[in-house]
Amino acid sequence: MFALQAFTGLSVFSILMLMALGLAIVFGLMGVINMAHGELMAMGAYATYGTSVLFEAYFPSLMSIYFIVGVVLAFFATSVFGYFLERSLIQFLYKRPLDTMLATWGVGLILQQLYRQFINPRPVEVPTASWLQGVWQVSEDVSFPMSRIFIVGLAFLTATLVYLFLYRTRRGLLIRAVTQNRGMSGAIGINQKRVDAYTFALGCGLAGIAGSSFTMLASTAPDTGQAYIVDTFIVVVFGGVESLLGTIMSAFFIGQMQTWFEFYLSGSMARAGILLLVIAVLYFRPNGLFATKVRR
Amino acid sequence: MSDRNRRKFIKTSAMAAAATALPMPFIWPKGASAATVKMGILHSLTGTIAIAEKSVVDSELLAVEEINNAGGVMGQQIEAVIEDGASDWPTFAEKARKLIEKDKVASVMGCYTSASRKAVLPVFEKLKGLLYYPTYYEGLEISPNIMYTAQEATQSSIAATEWLYENRGKSFFLVGSDYIWPRTTIKLCKITLDRLGGTVAGENYYPLGHIEFSSAINKIKATKPDVIVNCVVGGSNVAFFKQLKAAGIIDAGTTVLSLAVSEEEVSGIGSENTAGTLTCMGYFQSLSNPTNEKYVSAFKKKYGANRVTGDTLECAYIAVHLWAMAAEKAQSFDVEKVVAASSGLEIDAPEGKVKFHTDNHHLWKHARIGEFLPDGQAKMLYESPLIEPDPFPKL
Amino acid sequence: MDKAATTEKPEFNPTLASTAVGMLERFGVVVLGVLLLLVVPLSLDVFRLGLAAKYLCFAFPAVGIVLIWGYGGILSLGQGMFFGMGSYMMAMFLKLESAANPDSSSGTALSAFFGAAGLPDFMVWNSIEELPWFWEPFHHVWITIPAIIILPPLVAFILGYVNFRNRVGGVYFTIVTLAIAAIMAIVIIGQQGYTGGINGITDFKTFMGLDLDNDTAKYVMYFITVVLLLLAVLVGRFILKSLLGRVLVAIRDQEDRARFSGYDSAMFKAFVFAVGALFASVGGAMFTIQVGLASPSLVGIVPSIEMVIYAAVGGRLSLIGAVYGAFLVNGAKTFFSENFVEYWTYFIGALYVFVVMFLPLGLAGILDKLRDVGKRSG
Repeated sequence: MFALQAFTGLSVFSILMLMALGLAIVFGLMGVINMAHGELMAMGAYATYGTSVLFEAYFPSLMSIYFIVGVVLAFFATSVFGYFLERSLIQFLYKRPLDTMLATWGVGLILQQLYRQFINPRPVEVPTASWLQGVWQVSEDVSFPMSRIFIVGLAFLTATLVYLFLYRTRRGLLIRAVTQNRGMSGAIGINQKRVDAYTFALGCGLAGIAGSSFTMLASTAPDTGQAYIVDTFIVVVFGGVESLLGTIMSAFFIGQMQTWFEFYLSGSMARAGILLLVIAVLYFRPNGLFATKVRR
Repeated sequence: MSDRNRRKFIKTSAMAAAATALPMPFIWPKGASAATVKMGILHSLTGTIAIAEKSVVDSELLAVEEINNAGGVMGQQIEAVIEDGASDWPTFAEKARKLIEKDKVASVMGCYTSASRKAVLPVFEKLKGLLYYPTYYEGLEISPNIMYTAQEATQSSIAATEWLYENRGKSFFLVGSDYIWPRTTIKLCKITLDRLGGTVAGENYYPLGHIEFSSAINKIKATKPDVIVNCVVGGSNVAFFKQLKAAGIIDAGTTVLSLAVSEEEVSGIGSENTAGTLTCMGYFQSLSNPTNEKYVSAFKKKYGANRVTGDTLECAYIAVHLWAMAAEKAQSFDVEKVVAASSGLEIDAPEGKVKFHTDNHHLWKHARIGEFLPDGQAKMLYESPLIEPDPFPKL
Repeated sequence: MDKAATTEKPEFNPTLASTAVGMLERFGVVVLGVLLLLVVPLSLDVFRLGLAAKYLCFAFPAVGIVLIWGYGGILSLGQGMFFGMGSYMMAMFLKLESAANPDSSSGTALSAFFGAAGLPDFMVWNSIEELPWFWEPFHHVWITIPAIIILPPLVAFILGYVNFRNRVGGVYFTIVTLAIAAIMAIVIIGQQGYTGGINGITDFKTFMGLDLDNDTAKYVMYFITVVLLLLAVLVGRFILKSLLGRVLVAIRDQEDRARFSGYDSAMFKAFVFAVGALFASVGGAMFTIQVGLASPSLVGIVPSIEMVIYAAVGGRLSLIGAVYGAFLVNGAKTFFSENFVEYWTYFIGALYVFVVMFLPLGLAGILDKLRDVGKRSG
């Protein structure tokens, strides 16, 4: 039983981490309160759905690997959308971060209704590849679903890639420079507009990956994003807004809490309990779990 | 694929047609110039509940079309006035008031959630309107201004529990979304189990929209029940079934019986995830009787061969017919006369002959247990005799 | 308008007072009063007037948000919680009044049938046999009304002071408010025997013996709402013009400096947060009387965000703008959803984007622009 719960904790942790990584960049690093983040996840899910439809029609023999293509496509679809969103809307709002909340809330409403009207008002069925459907039977009583193992793997892979990108590449360096000190980075001649656009696109793309992998666990419907958005914000803020590491730690903490609370309490009370705990911890760590020590 | 395309094409072209012919307000059908009678349709076309309610409107419009083609009600064509409740209860109350006061509709087909019905109930009672409510619900209500055309909780929960106890096992794990319908249904289930001598292995409620059921699944694995009774509703069901399937519980032979999953929900959950699980409803698309075959083929002809219907859609469909029949019988659209004429009114419905109770506004209905097949349809395993509606059970 | 009260536009051009814009600016409250007390009731029928009253109820929390967000710099995504507190307390009173009158409500007639007269119908269904203690005080209107006025601000003050004292600010406080609103919604839905659950509390007949459904009652309630709303705007104005308002702006712009100057910033912020909660609570109570329900769907996160949006559309620095904002957004919702059933969410979404892109100061910003034009030509 402990093994099952431990694995569930790991699985919930990786799900929360996937959800929050994109927002940690968009909100944490860039300060954009992106209320359409949930709808971007839904976009990733729909991109995966589209891929499955295409594969079913043209490459039925390759259905077993469509999902990998779906994840990649989801990343590109949402990041391209993110790029244009940044160029057309967000770039004018960096000086007014609270207004981004209003504008992206509007964008989210529009996206939701587009899904509803042009794709399907009801949830669509995204098939799970057969090799992801099985379970890994460890012992008689202990078995882990393959789909969750896959998500855990994907989450860690994504987190590692994001880390490598931000800390080991030149572009990543530029991103860190611009987000940490706009004035100075501009002064040394970094093209901030370009950096902003692809940072935002990266964050959106990560939302796409998250949305895509969640098709294995939950529904793909116009309002799918609403189920994720609040948790995502709580994870990012709880970790300490400006810290990616904090986001990961906070996902771990909340994931563990959720798993054990839900095991011993009824679902609703567990949820209320987690939120109470978040408030209590914020009381003692007013700048999130991992506050960067700065004089304010 | 081609089906998917066609379905999409039909949807979008229907949408385009609606857009070009969009008067204020949207009226169906056009050109009914002589004697017409207005009927309101009040469901959520936007917001979270739109998932479930949009197709209910389709089924109601089908019934309107059938009645109009057959000459209307007392020679008058029905003119449907559609309003959007937007998944928001105050909006439902506002639109109900508008339909009755401004549009002066003779009746309203509407609401899906209990919360929306509770919000419009005082409006209908005060303004003397008439509402037909087509969703299975928890009971505990008889309004003089509402007719209920679906099962109330005792009509499914008790029969299902008895059948499961006799055929599938004695220990039950109960799981539901956290609101009144699952709680009432599960309460009835527990009382029935108590009477029979079964045991409750666990009871869990999750907030609406919850998508992480792995802890619930671990509890199920720990308690090893014979039967899981599932009262989860809406999008959460997709997550519940996918995760149950992935954990290997469905394949391991545990019986899963859902009380809120019809053929329609299966299309979103994925039929491979529901195959082998049971459902308890008043109606299945696969029922074989002439009325049902006629209804299903008309529905598919109008909305596309790929569309499926289900319990709520059928109840909405018969609701329109029941209203038309009652008005014919009363020879009046007056609410009190229509309600009086409804008492004991019998209809040959797709779900078989059902009739209104003489005084509690609910229908005598069959409870049917079906097993989902890999194609998403349900194969009937058990059919109860007509069950008397008892919205206020003495327990 | 109120912007004149802030430090941003200190000097006021007296010659402008003669222009229409200047009039609007100087006599904003009077114009609003004339509009709401005369023009709206004379031009709308009773049904539309009921809708207008509903919109105005949402203007209360919006006015509060202008104070706490626009001037206090505190973004609360939990105003639905205070709106809900007012709404539920009023609903408890109304429900008990209906329940005490055996043949006023179908539900109660049935509860009499169950042998438990005087209890709200949903309690009977949930097999609760005795009125819970926290319902008892709401038998009396003279406890209910003070409770609506005192309790939510008290909760807000304690919540705010504890957190601000500990320097929980910015987005962290926003998340705290959001979490509390979510908890409140979960608890209301979960404890259906005591709260009515997801169905909320509905089906009221009278308010202190006044039949809520006749036209006179509707007019009376509408005028009470308008007067209370104008009062809220004036109180807000008074606060902003006083020393308190100036300290508040100072804290918003440079909290440390204000603190070092000897002001207890936590106290100021908690106070204004409490005022915002008071407005929201009064709005909620009036909402329940006029719309006839209290529902958990008005407590959670989405309605709380929408309340912020009303303030943003109106102009986050303008108290009066918030009233117009709430009116405009809700009016647009009704209009578009009646006329373009399938498309109305696009219009609403586009409205938000449009406001942000072209009217960063909301509706009040239009006025500023007009005044600038006036200044240049004058």
